[in-house]
Amino acid sequence: MANTKIDGKKLKELKKLSAEARHAMVEALIAAGCGHPGGAFSSIDVLIALYFEILKIDPKNPKWNERDYFILSKGHSSVALYTALALRGFFDKEILKTFRQDNSILSGHPDMHKVPGVEMSTGSLGHGLSVGVGLALAAKLDKKKHKIYVMMGDGETQEGSIWEAAMSAAHYKLDNLIGIVDRNKIQIDGFTEDIMTLEPYKEKWSAFGWEVKEINGHDMEEIVTTLKNVPFKPGKPSLIISNTIKGKGLSFMENKAEWHGKAVKDEYAESARAEACKLLKECGCYD
Amino acid sequence: MTKRSMRIECGKYLAELGTQNKNIIALEGDLKDSTQSVQFGDAHPDRYFEVGVAEQNMVGIAAGLALAGKIPFVHSFACFISMRSCEQVRTTVAYPKLNVKFIVSHGGISTGTAGTTHHAIEDIAILRSIPNMTLLVPGDVTEMRQIVKASLQHYGPVYIRLCAGDVEDVYTNNEQFHIGKATKLRDGDDATIITTGIMMYEGVCASDILKQKYGINARVLQMASIKPIDLDTIKKAATETGKIVTVEEHNIIGGLGGAVCEIVAELGNASVKRMGINDRFSDVGTSSHLMKIEGLTVDEIINNVRSLVKN
Repeated sequence: MANTKIDGKKLKELKKLSAEARHAMVEALIAAGCGHPGGAFSSIDVLIALYFEILKIDPKNPKWNERDYFILSKGHSSVALYTALALRGFFDKEILKTFRQDNSILSGHPDMHKVPGVEMSTGSLGHGLSVGVGLALAAKLDKKKHKIYVMMGDGETQEGSIWEAAMSAAHYKLDNLIGIVDRNKIQIDGFTEDIMTLEPYKEKWSAFGWEVKEINGHDMEEIVTTLKNVPFKPGKPSLIISNTIKGKGLSFMENKAEWHGKAVKDEYAESARAEACKLLKECGCYD
Repeated sequence: MTKRSMRIECGKYLAELGTQNKNIIALEGDLKDSTQSVQFGDAHPDRYFEVGVAEQNMVGIAAGLALAGKIPFVHSFACFISMRSCEQVRTTVAYPKLNVKFIVSHGGISTGTAGTTHHAIEDIAILRSIPNMTLLVPGDVTEMRQIVKASLQHYGPVYIRLCAGDVEDVYTNNEQFHIGKATKLRDGDDATIITTGIMMYEGVCASDILKQKYGINARVLQMASIKPIDLDTIKKAATETGKIVTVEEHNIIGGLGGAVCEIVAELGNASVKRMGINDRFSDVGTSSHLMKIEGLTVDEIINNVRSLVKN
């Protein structure tokens, strides 16, 4: 097994980056006056782990031939992806404040031809996993060692095309493909289990031939050690159910369906700023 | 003239191209004998993926392969690619302008007695409205080969619509297909017959009879490249002949006829008669029976040209 340990210093650094990312996302969402905050705040810890500890990438050479690929199939959480990319150095952090504004490169859903580091244009749910299957197949054909990571929303997996893709990934034995489901248990119209039952969720993925692990998607140590341990089984695609809280980090937003796509403005803007600053202080950013 | 299967010849040709270009991958949605992708699969099993009955996934996989620099050729029926996986075609291939080729067979009503579920009379209209898409409808085997080759030389999504049945050879050694260009098959200044796909043969026959029997010189333009369309040649035909008949194995709404009318309406100098399927789902019948019902015959083309010329 690969060395999956992470030292204390690195862990602290990643936690600090998560706080910085939440602060930057609050500012971007306030500047935009619209967007999808809930799923961005639930998925950002995993994104930070990916972009700062897991993915083999080069911000100075985004099209580097041997790089790992990350596809955000839940494209509505674009602000989280943009923030991770900007913090990692793919583009200037100031650009985040142009999110969803006229002539910005940062659309509500990411465009691969506009944003450095975005591997695939996404937004319509249920498309990303198939693209990941294609990339993983190509890597196998070319005998390349890089990995392909696809993050889905849990509500997104109500799309039938996800299960077509899941079936094919197992069929082609794509152990270079890692699916991550941001299981915040909330979709636009309410709780997933009220809208359309997903459970027994782990069993569904297992039955489709994936090796599945569940993690707390806000526990940085657990995120990193799990991601460092892929593939979980040779010859099988890996699936991580990342149990998260929608709106994590902003108390007024946490676990509330209405914050899937609500603007952070007026009284919420000030609360969000205050809470994001508090998070920064807690991890020593102002020390 | 001889009749040949466009599907069999296409499968054979793609297998040949696959030998020359190792980046070509073929994807199949459980119709390998119908689409004839089986020939590529037999020749290049390592670059052939049977995806099963899952067209949405197949198109998404093709997008991923294209991202990695491969040239995927997606195979299925026209109805399934253009409708079942339409959103993947539009959002995951055309929007990011990925280098995916669709070879769809059984375009139009050529599956005949299989019935309406397996016909595609809407696909040209659907595909034509998608930005970044190139839409090509060959009319015989030679044109099909030139089109498949041209699609390989063009970076970006291409939809190639094949028919199900055997087709007459029309192209001689003199014609060369180019994306965005019409192919002129007959000269004439009294009227213009614009065809696409297999109606090319009927168009040419009609023109020859019109000349011999009625002394009417009808120009024939084969518009295999529906998108991009040859604006200049259509404008020229409108200006020089003033009368245009469009013929297609597709709904009269939104296809070749629609495209020509959009151009001619802006010019305002020609009359257009659209021939196609009259906005209805088909009855039960062989493709030739259904074509007769819809008036997609040499006789009907002649009648329509004569009536335009008389007026």
